[in-house]
Amino acid sequence: MGNSTNSLSIANSDGATLTARQRISLGLAVVGVFLIFLAWLSGNLFNTSNFLWPSLTLMTIGTLWFTYETYAHHPDGIKNNNLWFNSLTNRGTIGWITGILITAFYVCLYFFPSLLGYNPDGANISLIKMFDPISYMIKGEAASQWFVYGVLYTFAILIMGVKFIMKYRHNSYQIFRTISVMFFQFGFAFMLPEIMYTLNESLPYYDWKNMWPLNYYFFDSYNLDKMIDPGFKQSMDLSTIMNEKSGLIGLMMLVWGLLMIFVVSPILAFFFGKRWYCSWVCGCGGLAETAGDPFRHLSDKSLKAWKIERWMIHLVLVIVVIMTILTLYTYFSGSGKFLGVDTYWVRKVYGFLIGSIFAGVIGVGFYPLMGSRVWCRFGCPMAAILGIQQKYFSKFRITTNGSQCISCGNCSTYCEMGIDVRWYAQRGQDVVRASCVGCGICAAVCPRGVLKLENGPQDSRKLEMPEFTGIK
Amino acid sequence: MKIVIIGNGISGVTAARHIRKRSDHEILLVSGETDYFFSRTALMYIYMGHMEYHHTKPYEDWFWEKNRIDLLRDWITEVDTDNKQLVRSNGFRINYDKLIIACGSRSNLFGWHGQDLDGVQSLYSYQDLQQLEQNTNRKVDRAVIVGGGLIGIELAEMLQSRKIPTTLLVREKSYWDNVLPPGESDLISRHIREHGFDLRLGEELDKILPDENGRVKAVKTKSGELVNTQLVCLTAGVSPNISWLSNSSIETKRGILINKRFETNIPDIYAIGDCAEFRDPPPGRRNIEQVWYTGKMHGEILGKNIADNNDDQYNPGPWFNSAKFLDIEYQTYGTVYPKNKADENSFYWEDDDGKRCVHFVYNKDTTELKGINLFGIRARHDLFHKWLKEKRTMDYVIENLGASSFDPEFYRSYEKKLIKKYNEEFNANLKLKKRGFSAFLNLINT
Ligand SMILES: Cc1cc2nc3c(=O)[nH]c(=O)nc-3n(C[C@H](O)[C@H](O)[C@H](O)COP(=O)(O)OP(=O)(O)OC[C@H]3O[C@@H](n4cnc5c(N)ncnc54)[C@H](O)[C@@H]3O)c2cc1C
Ligand code: SF4
Ligand code: SF4
Repeated sequence: MGNSTNSLSIANSDGATLTARQRISLGLAVVGVFLIFLAWLSGNLFNTSNFLWPSLTLMTIGTLWFTYETYAHHPDGIKNNNLWFNSLTNRGTIGWITGILITAFYVCLYFFPSLLGYNPDGANISLIKMFDPISYMIKGEAASQWFVYGVLYTFAILIMGVKFIMKYRHNSYQIFRTISVMFFQFGFAFMLPEIMYTLNESLPYYDWKNMWPLNYYFFDSYNLDKMIDPGFKQSMDLSTIMNEKSGLIGLMMLVWGLLMIFVVSPILAFFFGKRWYCSWVCGCGGLAETAGDPFRHLSDKSLKAWKIERWMIHLVLVIVVIMTILTLYTYFSGSGKFLGVDTYWVRKVYGFLIGSIFAGVIGVGFYPLMGSRVWCRFGCPMAAILGIQQKYFSKFRITTNGSQCISCGNCSTYCEMGIDVRWYAQRGQDVVRASCVGCGICAAVCPRGVLKLENGPQDSRKLEMPEFTGIK
Repeated sequence: MKIVIIGNGISGVTAARHIRKRSDHEILLVSGETDYFFSRTALMYIYMGHMEYHHTKPYEDWFWEKNRIDLLRDWITEVDTDNKQLVRSNGFRINYDKLIIACGSRSNLFGWHGQDLDGVQSLYSYQDLQQLEQNTNRKVDRAVIVGGGLIGIELAEMLQSRKIPTTLLVREKSYWDNVLPPGESDLISRHIREHGFDLRLGEELDKILPDENGRVKAVKTKSGELVNTQLVCLTAGVSPNISWLSNSSIETKRGILINKRFETNIPDIYAIGDCAEFRDPPPGRRNIEQVWYTGKMHGEILGKNIADNNDDQYNPGPWFNSAKFLDIEYQTYGTVYPKNKADENSFYWEDDDGKRCVHFVYNKDTTELKGINLFGIRARHDLFHKWLKEKRTMDYVIENLGASSFDPEFYRSYEKKLIKKYNEEFNANLKLKKRGFSAFLNLINT
């Protein structure tokens, strides 16, 4: 009798071998990514804007071709073969390297943009310069680090969204919600703010689908000022028209923002659960569901992780509320101090620790190490609010189908939020969890058709283990 | 009282959990296979890289100590019923007041020539999976699977995930047609071929041939064909794992003989799960039930009986089961035999793409629903359970089919196409009632 509980003895990389075409297509995409790094590291050596289109083209063709080669030759169905044997997706060496590179990129992005080549006082170099052409195309000026980030982010969601749709092409729920996140990222988060900005520079950069408290600067003085009293600038014809109404547009932003927080969101959460936002609209969720999909199984399912999660996410919520109250206090009273505390300092620390380090650096950089929803699960105050609504004031739940569960564990493994779905399913009890983002993947991977995302009267939720394993 | 349970599978563990929930008895769970309970049904997903071994454990490791369920990893070699003791592999003895035997199954081997060769194996235990890993770490140009059941098709899928070309030798004329009616069996056969498997129907294993090192080299079929192969998987069903009990006074036939309270011929010794054989099974049930769900139900009822001093009988209600054939899910409620009984009729609907089908079996005279098979469609267990118990007629079931759907949101519904065919075939004019969750809630609560 060997050491039978040693899972290492069952780890084998044979199955992870790729076909020649998969290798070539993947190679093309990797060269595209490599060009970005080359641009980044080359400093002032090359005119990196020449790299832009080759890089984007290679990444697009490579990824789409790889997607085709990987999924199209097999009948529709769940495609998770060999995930745990692949060094990228099982926290192996490639996973670690990827995690470290993304983290490094984020650190530069947030704190040392000049290392990416950003030069607000002159010509950009290296990575930022690479994206100048698109920036000139869209808004007629050189790129900033945030513009580059926006392009890459949107590009990742679109291209990996296509891959995701191909992978889950048998599942209409997955297709629809992925098209939705792609649409909201491209249209609302990327294009619309850029267009509005070109029309009227004094309007705040506003993503109409983003919401406080995820959008923690919504109540910042400068943001409120811009919305309430935008300055005027006459540069383009269209904007002259806009300008007459620009006070109105700013005000609309403010009213819409408040409506979203206090009316739209609670109502939608009541009918559909937090998924309406987290896996249909949100940009963080959008990236997690598309680019992050290959890493979703790396989330920690233990009870301990759940305990930590509840502490952390609600703590962040409390902090963001306090911070916002302080900011508003300053805005209305004009005083920068509240009981001796420097409100601006509080806001700055929050922006640094939560907004930048947690949501950005850890949130995405740790995909290959802790799964795709680290931020959504442990940090996002928006998710915390929606979670409370979902648990106590919502029709949403995941129904389990009688006694059909075989306790295989696929659902728990592939839950990016680290919910131990099986624990509920094998008892025949509905899954009602604040953290569930309603991605529907647990239901998709279940080989016995046990799980279904449903909205219904709250009192029809099965919260106790039914008699006789599911059947009354 | 000290209760010892042999076997930490779904049956033994369910019994242990229910005893603990309702009582303070000392519980010892013994198994030779693994330290902790894992899901046997998920073995394939470990090999395919969907999960790692630890994911298949339904409870975290701290669960057992917290619930005061003692664990022992060892093989029991003997039951000394006179002294109420068990003998461990090292000869030490364990006392018990009550004994639950939940020792599962083992793979059938029919004494084939060459079945013990290197490179020939079955798939039941965790050790079998490790062996498969070793066997496929060597170069395998082609594997041969013998036997066309659920484990056979799982093995085929596993080997395909490692890109190993595979031949399936199936004795039956159509896949699993000793269980499935022709329509469903045909649908699955097509799906197996769609995946590129070399499916040989109506073909039996004659013998397995060795090379000079005692490793498998080829198999010879009954029709005389030679298939070169480096791996042979024998999956011709399972039977109760009782050979280790042959010296005890516990009465066995194919399995450990029990009544409907899971009592064996010896007082204070019970048997549940795959290893048990009912002397007189509940109506419509088989003597031996070798699926996950029945093991779970056995464990639950026996656990409650022991903890509460009840003497409830096993009364499981309508049969149900489910499986997945490659990409096609299968669910069944009630009983659908491969061939209708004399007093039964069928209604069969298959989708145009040949990947979804529903098969109803009903009583000829009363049109009472007897059973349903669904392929590529998820249906609500509780609703069909209720309909079967209430002896609902076909017309009723068909009209309310929309309420039974458990497919994910936005899936194409099949009910419209199905009712059209039903109306044509029976010259009826039925209309679909409301579909969806609220319709379901209305039906289940009335
Ligand atoms: C690959 C595979 C896939 C399956 N898929 C499905 C499915 O999809 N759906 C379904 O319904 N069923 C499925 N089954 C069947 C299902 O797994 C069994 O019915 C179920 O596991 C039986 O549970 P059990 O507790 O009775 O026995 P087991 O799970 O076999 O547990 C018995 C345990 O007792 C141990 N044991 C035996 N003898 C001794 C001894 N003398 N001393 C110590 N320990 C001992 C064994 O090693 C074993 O660990 C599948 C089976 C296999 C092999
Ligand atoms: S429980 Fe299911 S739907 Fe909810 S987050 Fe986890 S995988 Fe997604
Ligand atoms: S709900 Fe489905 S995926 Fe989850 S453990 Fe049960 S059978 Fe497996």
